[in-house]
Amino acid sequence: MERSKSDVVELPDPPHRRELAKTPTGIRGLDEITRGGLPKGRPTLVCGGPGSGKTLLALTFLVNGALQFDEPGVLVTFEENGEEMASDVASLGFDLPELIKAKKLAVDYVRVERGEIEETGEYDLEGLFVRLDYAIRTVGATRLVLDTIESLFAGLKNDAILRAELRRLFRWLKDQGVTAVVTGERGEGFLTRQGLEEYVSDAVILLDHRVHDQVSTRRLRVVKYRGSYHGTNEYPFLINADGIGVLPVSSLALQHEAPLERVSSGIARLDEMLSGKGYFRGSTILISGTAGTGKTSLAAHFLDAACRRGERCLCFLFEESPQQLLRNMRSIGIDLEPWVASGLLHFHADRPSRYGLETHLVTMHHVVADFKPTVAVLDPVTNLMTVGTYADVQAMLTRLIDHLKTENITAVLASLVPGQTDIERTETTISSLMDTWIVLTNSEAGGHYRRRLYVLKSRGMAHSNELRQFVLTDHGLNMLDAASGPHDTSDAGYGPWKGQNRHATV
Amino acid sequence: MQLSKDDVSAPSAGAEAYWLRLYVAGQTPKSVLAFRNLTQICETHLRGRYEIEIIDLLENPQLARGDQILAVPTLVRRLPAPIKKIIGDLSNTERVLVGLDLRERP
Repeated sequence: MERSKSDVVELPDPPHRRELAKTPTGIRGLDEITRGGLPKGRPTLVCGGPGSGKTLLALTFLVNGALQFDEPGVLVTFEENGEEMASDVASLGFDLPELIKAKKLAVDYVRVERGEIEETGEYDLEGLFVRLDYAIRTVGATRLVLDTIESLFAGLKNDAILRAELRRLFRWLKDQGVTAVVTGERGEGFLTRQGLEEYVSDAVILLDHRVHDQVSTRRLRVVKYRGSYHGTNEYPFLINADGIGVLPVSSLALQHEAPLERVSSGIARLDEMLSGKGYFRGSTILISGTAGTGKTSLAAHFLDAACRRGERCLCFLFEESPQQLLRNMRSIGIDLEPWVASGLLHFHADRPSRYGLETHLVTMHHVVADFKPTVAVLDPVTNLMTVGTYADVQAMLTRLIDHLKTENITAVLASLVPGQTDIERTETTISSLMDTWIVLTNSEAGGHYRRRLYVLKSRGMAHSNELRQFVLTDHGLNMLDAASGPHDTSDAGYGPWKGQNRHATV
Repeated sequence: MQLSKDDVSAPSAGAEAYWLRLYVAGQTPKSVLAFRNLTQICETHLRGRYEIEIIDLLENPQLARGDQILAVPTLVRRLPAPIKKIIGDLSNTERVLVGLDLRERP
């Protein structure tokens, strides 16, 4: 996604100007992009192609209004009847019949079928107005959704009357003071097929649904918002079991705090290498290495130490299941299970190929927002690269890291480097974003494999440049004394693989 | 002019009876014109076997949903089945007759 300059420029609030009154949608991210919601008492056009999520957005606006803001709503549907609609959204936890019973929602299904109706002479749509007015008064509605009003064009032949009546309708809605969402089908070369944007000119939101390499990506853009500042970018838009959400890209201005507090890596000798105190709180740490070098173990030490301090830890897994990780870590003496049980540690496992990068990003944002961790681990972040190009992945990670920093979350990213490649070159995509970069190697020398670790960089501290050997024991990762030279024999007796002979040195 | 049932004749036995409903929203020029056109057509073609029921949606807004009324005036042929709808001021007699199935579609 492009970061346009204008997006950064429009962030500060101009003090001389009062923003118009807004109605919050309660949709994550959307209220941030629109700086508070939709224009209060005015209609907003939401347009997009089939399946782009227009109806769902509109409905969420109503349901949130009823449940969170004590604003009853009216749903006027032209395409699906009330029962169809209710069953469509039941899976999202929206109980429309219950809302109707509680008088927080009124639904009117307006059916127009061409061929059934003969037209002769002058008419107007006062019947529709009467129905809207009746529905609004029934529940005392301050929110209203018309989905999708352009169906009228298919049912009625007299375009001139229809257009004049639509103009009157939107004026009437403003007079009623209801905040309306009007959905419209995306047209070829136009925002909507019937040019609804001509009538609804206060705010226009465009939804887009693209499928690329069998991975679907949804995006949302505020095309227009009269009298208000708003983000102009395309924002990733997500529909999942929890409903819908938008991910604002708001924090790219590099304004995070740079805390001086330090947190232990969980390994005393590694802390020593990091000028004796460990990582900076809120910093981002990259641990890279080839398969089986101990990246996850290093991350697990950090999680364990953080939980001991009482910090909330969120661990994203892109390869293993939580059970696998817990079992593997137990085998080296790190028992994370109690932290899971006490609620301090939460795993979120997802297959990278399940959806596109944008969706992963939005999901991760939501999980972070829900769990509110102070520590996050991503293992292995490189698996995400299978679903996007390097540029895409870098853009996504930039945004994610940016977000974590803004939230002052200390993040450890494990990165799997393919065997026999130059680590320092292959990871240029993400390394520039990292504050601390720890490299793990596993190389054969004198008939044995030895694991080694070094701190390639660590911003803001005098870190050690040593290459330190370590072993994985049944009580964790154990760093050996600094190598004294090429002939050190401290590793004598270690086998090539994890699990073999490792106990001999304990 | 008054819009009321008293103005129309009761259906007579024998021929097929027409039960017509005219939806209006207040006494607007369009609704008055529609009623006048309708009674004229009925007197000419359905004399003695029709009934016209006027529903003013301003008084009974909840009735708009049942017959899926959107436009006014709307004439609904309740009987004989199937239900037919004609919208507008009924100024085109030919169209109205086609809509009521009293004349073949041209």
